[in-house]
Amino acid sequence: MAKQTKTMNLNFGPQHPAAHGVLRLILELDGEIVEKIDPHIGLLHRGTEKLIEHKTYTQAVPYFDRLDYVAPMNQEHAFALAIEKLLNIEVPIRGQFIRILFCEIGRILSHLLNITTQALDVGALTPSLWGFEERETLMTFYERVSGSRLHANYFRPGGVHKDLPRGLTDDIILFCDNFPKVIDDLETLLTDNRIFKQRNVDIGIVTKQEALDHSFSGVMLRGSGVAWDLRKSQPYECYRDFDFKIPIGKNGDCYDRYLCRMEEMRESVKIIKECIKKMPSGPVKSIDGKISPPKKEELKNSMEALIHHFKLFSEGFRVPKGEIYTAVEAPKGEFGVYLISDGTNKPYKCKIRAPGFSHLQAMDYLLKGHMLADVPAVLGSLDIVFGEVDR
Amino acid sequence: MTITVNDIEKSVNSALTTTIKKSEVKFNQLFIDVDVENLISVILFLKTNEKCKFRQLIDITAVDFPKNEKRFRLVYFLLSHENNLRILINTNINEKIKPPSITKIFPSANWMEREVFDMYGITFKDHPDLRRILTDYGFEGHPLRKDFPLTGHTEVRYSEVKKKVISEPVKLDQEYRNFDFESPWEGTKYLKEEVNKNKDKNK
Repeated sequence: MAKQTKTMNLNFGPQHPAAHGVLRLILELDGEIVEKIDPHIGLLHRGTEKLIEHKTYTQAVPYFDRLDYVAPMNQEHAFALAIEKLLNIEVPIRGQFIRILFCEIGRILSHLLNITTQALDVGALTPSLWGFEERETLMTFYERVSGSRLHANYFRPGGVHKDLPRGLTDDIILFCDNFPKVIDDLETLLTDNRIFKQRNVDIGIVTKQEALDHSFSGVMLRGSGVAWDLRKSQPYECYRDFDFKIPIGKNGDCYDRYLCRMEEMRESVKIIKECIKKMPSGPVKSIDGKISPPKKEELKNSMEALIHHFKLFSEGFRVPKGEIYTAVEAPKGEFGVYLISDGTNKPYKCKIRAPGFSHLQAMDYLLKGHMLADVPAVLGSLDIVFGEVDR
Repeated sequence: MTITVNDIEKSVNSALTTTIKKSEVKFNQLFIDVDVENLISVILFLKTNEKCKFRQLIDITAVDFPKNEKRFRLVYFLLSHENNLRILINTNINEKIKPPSITKIFPSANWMEREVFDMYGITFKDHPDLRRILTDYGFEGHPLRKDFPLTGHTEVRYSEVKKKVISEPVKLDQEYRNFDFESPWEGTKYLKEEVNKNKDKNK
């Protein structure tokens, strides 16, 4: 007599420590084998795009911090670039360097969180303790430059909000000198760890073609051997002048993606060091008074500055009619902003292209036929943050 | 030889002369306008053509222009890694038209189309699983339409009486304030209206 089998439905989340936020998965299981996954997202949907349509361009910047809240400045960057292109203004060279400096700090922040929580998902607790200590140091850099640890609101259209405070670069250099040692230590915990390898090698394999078909970007694409990094291929700011490598995986499994992220952190440290070494002096934001606010001292003496300040923070600036799509290489992949301006002080439409959205979409195809225990492992390697997936 | 955006524009225009209504290069990106009937063939051409190789779908979105006869504009973003180029395909549709789904060409279009459906209420033909994606279970309306209020229609709270979360119409203590920041020299909106009225009277 043939054995009758029945699939079982399992509800994973929305509150689950391995779900990296509020993700609800409806799993269809045959024993321990996953047959089908239906991710339910949107539990953190805040209507960012709608809100941005009702705010001036300056007021819209903080919403970008709240998308991928692990590396906030990288998001602001995409929005600032879009506005700058429409306005046709150039960011002063020191401003560009500061942006690159903090983009790379953001990359380390994000990768540190991802690697260590991925390890946590497969049963290793120590890496997260070590990693979060470093994240704390990096966030103090955020705080010293912008006043807040997470929601920085630092990259403004036209440049960055303020110049670096005194002594910050020395501390960042000190961090850069010590940090590779921490990466080495993390590697001793994970790279050759038997359990970590058993849980990650050959899990969630993505081929080159599939990575393209599923709109993957960032590490998800590079882990499968596609050499594509927007910092190299479509350089923005002055990434062109920097010397860094793009680590590429071979097998496209969770383990390769982990290795890519590790290597990218080392490259980021190099970029930060080079950036501080070559840091030019000069203004950090556009000197056009119609776009960036005047200095505080000027407000006391200059009528012109006072008017500019008042107009910028009430009406804001107007952006000429046009549409544009700009993308940056955020830690998680291609983060894009599609902006339509109708010539007023508010965006007519602002579509945010979040990398995590298409990565999470591929869950079903990535995990079909895998074991239930692989779900958190793959989810960890996708690098999902719900702020940006749900928007 | 590197292919520039202008080369692509030429080759796309020569191969699809009749279907491309308008093409334009802005910020090193190619923008083309097509009719909704030709959407599938154009995207398929761009993906498979040896020269174009737009093999990655970046995103799909819509824009609402309530005053236009064809209210919605659908925008498809494609990327070619080989040529390092981006293309944006625009197509204008009215509320009644059901554009075709491109999930057969790009599997990743699935959720993107669901999002457009959720946010704008555009239904795609032949979509395998067209459900809401970002909004709450049981949500009504399409939030990114321009006639949808920013505050929404309903809000949820925990009812102590019913011992469960209930949704009820939005009650605001203060109306949403939308300031008119236009330059006082040009005149604010209500002043302009006044002036125009007087002009009409004098006529």
